[in-house]
Amino acid sequence: MTISDDRGWTGLSTPFDPQGSSFFETLRRMAPDAVPPVMATGSIPPELQAQLVEGTTVLAVVAHGGVVMAGDRRATAGNQISRGDMRKVFPADDSSAIAVSGAAGPAMELAKVFATELEHYEKVEGEPLSLEGRSTKLAGMVRAHLPMAMQGLVVVPLFAGVDRRTGEGRIFEYDPAGGRYVATEQAATGSGSLAARATLKRLADPDGDVETAVGTAVEALYDAAEEDSATGGPDLIRRIYPIVAVIDGGGYRELDSDEVATHVDTVVASRQR
Amino acid sequence: MSANFYVAPEQLMKDRAEYARKGIARGRALVAVEYAQGVIFASENPSGSLHKTSEIYDRIGFAAVGRYNEFESLRVAGIRLADVKGYQYAREDVSAKPLANAYSQALGASFMGDSKPFEVELLIAQVGGDGHRPEGEEGPQGPGLELYHILYDGSIVDEQRFVAIGGDTDPLTRSLEQRWERGLPRDRAVAVGVAALSEAAGRELTPDVLEVSGLDATRARRRFFRLRGDDLAAAIDA
Repeated sequence: MTISDDRGWTGLSTPFDPQGSSFFETLRRMAPDAVPPVMATGSIPPELQAQLVEGTTVLAVVAHGGVVMAGDRRATAGNQISRGDMRKVFPADDSSAIAVSGAAGPAMELAKVFATELEHYEKVEGEPLSLEGRSTKLAGMVRAHLPMAMQGLVVVPLFAGVDRRTGEGRIFEYDPAGGRYVATEQAATGSGSLAARATLKRLADPDGDVETAVGTAVEALYDAAEEDSATGGPDLIRRIYPIVAVIDGGGYRELDSDEVATHVDTVVASRQR
Repeated sequence: MSANFYVAPEQLMKDRAEYARKGIARGRALVAVEYAQGVIFASENPSGSLHKTSEIYDRIGFAAVGRYNEFESLRVAGIRLADVKGYQYAREDVSAKPLANAYSQALGASFMGDSKPFEVELLIAQVGGDGHRPEGEEGPQGPGLELYHILYDGSIVDEQRFVAIGGDTDPLTRSLEQRWERGLPRDRAVAVGVAALSEAAGRELTPDVLEVSGLDATRARRRFFRLRGDDLAAAIDA
């Protein structure tokens, strides 16, 4: 019995192939067209640049026994607001989430490939990757995206989850070149992150409960929206609120808009004159 | 220079089939049993980590008997095909039939062309297809089960209700025929499968030597589940 590529066994690896459990590498082998080109030349012309959809502020806060991840809903294209209901926070698997900022198309693609990558690994190997392993894999995928980042399609994710060994929430930050940094209490990325960070630094409490951390996240996004034109505030008229995800011992869950609305109302009420 | 002796094709096929059947019969059989919301796989397997059954995709499960190294590489190939398809199209576009066909082609090609055929038999199951309606909707409430049995030579059989694969399956099939009925609850289906395996083995099989898993059409997204420890013991007693 031999297994070779010439008989349609595409993607079957040799036994000691370290990338044998990777979906990204499998995709590269089986469907090269589905993977972004590694090298492209020149930068994006300005008229195209103005049409590129970008998403901005996402953040994460550690709480006791869990972590909260949130993102605003605005997408911009040049100086236009292109969407008011974009999703920037995605479940990566049962115990972690990925949030993305930057060029919207490649960013959402990154979140999708990453989630598939984790599921693929779990199915092939029979057990899920460690949180550390997941964060390292994401760093590699951001690094692989570097040629596109150099053309202007920058994608910067944020990764957070609960470490199943310790039961504690952890956050990983990235830079466009694939650098990975462990954030101890909170992290934010995107154009509104400066303002968001100021609030997060003031309010984040890793020993506090999850509910408090949700309030902190919503308030930080509110502050980011006040300071940064590319970050959308809560849309009270259409009832479009930030997406807030909680990852704790019970797994990944997203707050429904009524729950988020309660937190938004608290923030708005505290600032009303 | 070696001379090429003529071997009649019939003889060649017969020899290969016999070889594969012998290899498969050395391992233990596996049963799949349909129940009200899905399908369960049960087999005797003292190892807690070297599984014979696996998740392939949201609605698709895999079960195999025979040589572990051979069906393991087939299992991984199936997961790859499913994940790449689901990524490029949509999750709902990944279904059991094309996958079963791929396995059938691969085993068939190997049976004819390789120095030795695969010594495996596979089951590809899918739940939640036609015939399954979520509660409250019009239509039949069954699990919408598709069950494909693929043999070592690539032949493929579309099974209904229950199936036993592996070496000596006749006593298992007879036993299942007596015990099975439509609309069994999950735990009863496990009990039926395990009772059939115990009867064929001639001894009581305990949870620590059993591998029981399945697909539950009522679950969200990933339908595959495994039953272990206390859950399994409770199901067997049902």
